[in-house]
Amino acid sequence: MLTRIKGAKIVDPGNVDGDYKDIIIRDGLIDALVEPDKELDATDTDEIKEIDATGMIAVPGLIDLHVHLREPGHEYKETIETGARAAVRGGFTTICPMPNTSPVNDNSQVTAYIVNKARDLGLCRILPVGAITRGLEGDTLAEYGDMKQKGMVAISDDGRPVADARVMRRAMEYANGLGLPVISHSEDLSLAREGSMNEGITATRLGIKGIPNAAESTMVMREIALAELTGARVHIAHVSCEESVDAIRHGKARGVKVTAETAPHYFTLTDEAVAQYDTHAKMNPPLRTEKDRQAIIEGLVDGTLDIIATDHAPHSPLEKEVEFDRAAFGIVGLETSLALSLELVQEEKLSLSRLIEKMSKNPAAILGIDNDLKPGNPADITLIDPEAYHTIDPDTFFSKGVNTPFVGFNVKGEAWMTLVQGRVVFEKEL
Amino acid sequence: MRFEHKDLLDISSLSPQDITMILDTAEGMKEINKRPVKKVPTLRGKTIVLFFQEPSTRTKLSFDIAAKRLSADVISISTGSSSIVKGETLIDTVKNLESMSPDIIVMRHSSSGAAQLIARKLAPSVVNAGDGLHAHPTQSLLDMMTVREKKGKIEGLKIAIIGDIAHSRVARSNINGFTKMGATVNVTAPGTMIPKGIETLGCHVAPDIESCVEDADVVMMLRIQKERQENILFPSEREYASLFGLTRERLARARMDAIVMHPGPMNRGVEIANIVADGERSVILEQVTNGVALRMAVFYLVAGGKKYADKD
Repeated sequence: MLTRIKGAKIVDPGNVDGDYKDIIIRDGLIDALVEPDKELDATDTDEIKEIDATGMIAVPGLIDLHVHLREPGHEYKETIETGARAAVRGGFTTICPMPNTSPVNDNSQVTAYIVNKARDLGLCRILPVGAITRGLEGDTLAEYGDMKQKGMVAISDDGRPVADARVMRRAMEYANGLGLPVISHSEDLSLAREGSMNEGITATRLGIKGIPNAAESTMVMREIALAELTGARVHIAHVSCEESVDAIRHGKARGVKVTAETAPHYFTLTDEAVAQYDTHAKMNPPLRTEKDRQAIIEGLVDGTLDIIATDHAPHSPLEKEVEFDRAAFGIVGLETSLALSLELVQEEKLSLSRLIEKMSKNPAAILGIDNDLKPGNPADITLIDPEAYHTIDPDTFFSKGVNTPFVGFNVKGEAWMTLVQGRVVFEKEL
Repeated sequence: MRFEHKDLLDISSLSPQDITMILDTAEGMKEINKRPVKKVPTLRGKTIVLFFQEPSTRTKLSFDIAAKRLSADVISISTGSSSIVKGETLIDTVKNLESMSPDIIVMRHSSSGAAQLIARKLAPSVVNAGDGLHAHPTQSLLDMMTVREKKGKIEGLKIAIIGDIAHSRVARSNINGFTKMGATVNVTAPGTMIPKGIETLGCHVAPDIESCVEDADVVMMLRIQKERQENILFPSEREYASLFGLTRERLARARMDAIVMHPGPMNRGVEIANIVADGERSVILEQVTNGVALRMAVFYLVAGGKKYADKD
């Protein structure tokens, strides 16, 4: 079967930058990029499905390296299915769920459970991240090799950092031998202890215990030092502050194999969003100051921060409509990330091509995936409507989570259609 | 002019005029407490719930007496007797209280922002009796009342606050209140007890207690919480007393007519020397006396303020 996406502008970083071409998809794979007026020499038996994407931008499918799907264990917050629906609605063709489920994804059975569920759903690709240590306890290594065979693509301590440097060192050495990247949730728990927002003026005024930048940056520095020691590939998750950006910039300059991500809330909001004890502005690491926000944007611009991930963390109102210090950390992000990130393009901080690098190409490289829009590759394609003005409204979310601080934000641009392996898995209703 | 607030949540949402009105009303209430029959019918038929989720003796008693002297019916529940221990959420608990139609809910809670959280959800007036490290507005108002009574004014005075500013809701509310009324506030404490950016609330941070109390009209000591030692805030009570305790010698640096305050309960011999606590400049017990009148005023005003608010 053939599909022809007509009329879209193609932005495929490194290959095509803004040319108008039609994309021909055959049996789930990209067959060719052709001139708009070119007739296909298809045989009579081929049925050609045409998608009129005039006015849209076609990019390689977006990849989110950092999500929480809550299944198994906390299905009341999100399931693999609702998370996947939110993902494709947000333009993501691949997502990587973190291991802090219940049970923890620290063994091949849980990995297989997630992978099988994802396959049966047939929405986006779901590539699980395994736990660094068994039960996220920080003591003994999980069976990375076994999990990798079932489809695990990286290891992480997200949600519960490995405090012991020797354990982290061994994890890096072992993972490196298997070709797996290590995703570090860099947080010194002894410094972050009891804190529930950024340590600073707003926290002082509100009387909320703070989490200093140093709780993050000291661990970022540790991970870079350990990456240099072991030669492993380390990816720093959700960078929120200036000192971490500086440390990563320095590490890259030394030739350490370190990559890093930030999330839209860190370049969009500051800790002032907490001002009315808004638990929807509570996440870990916390929203920082304007100075940090600018440093995050600078890090994206100069390439220190390689990717934009969401840290999509759905919670139910049970965890959010409570006292601030008792509320759960985390916000949803899959259905707001693209629009918020496109703001960087509208503000001319990044070109669209560079944004797509950070939301698709660079995460693909970390995962070792080739997702160029070229013949032979799977047709994982996101079609973006760049002119779609809309107001963020959690009532429209496909995710079970409505915990977002972006309610009522007026934004421009969103996914119009998402294709995975040539199949339309999301199409915006008109 | 009338009091337009449904709730009393913190000092920062009050204007200087609001504060003056509360203090004036409290002065009027004070006389009632000196009568042989200490009761007026002002709030007869009103129900006030005292909902304390943190241990408290004097504040709770003060609110209780204040409500009874205005003839309100008072019901008191605390953590041990509430459903919170059974796993009910705070909002569910107060929504249940609301269903029994109280007029005012007085809440103390260990989480900053808890009073705001429930006030947003409830029709009855909410009076914050202390929320986490955030605010303790009635304490601050009774402190301002006491200072105004002793000094005849607040504007232009120099106030010294010494102690664990970082973990004190009394300090936050008082820095807010006194600066709002035109006083200068100096604070000091060990570095571990000065939170980041405290100057943005309008106070100055002094390097030591000597310079903090220099020429002060009011010296306010905060309680050092011994249990905080596990947070590694100071090496020992002994060292704290020697560096930051209010002694007679240190008090001598303040103005001749300076008064000494403490929100209680005191650690005698730690943050305040015995002789200073019991000295002629100490107004610590008068603070407690004023607390009742001040809380009567707050009940009276929010009950009226709510009534007015209903008309809108």
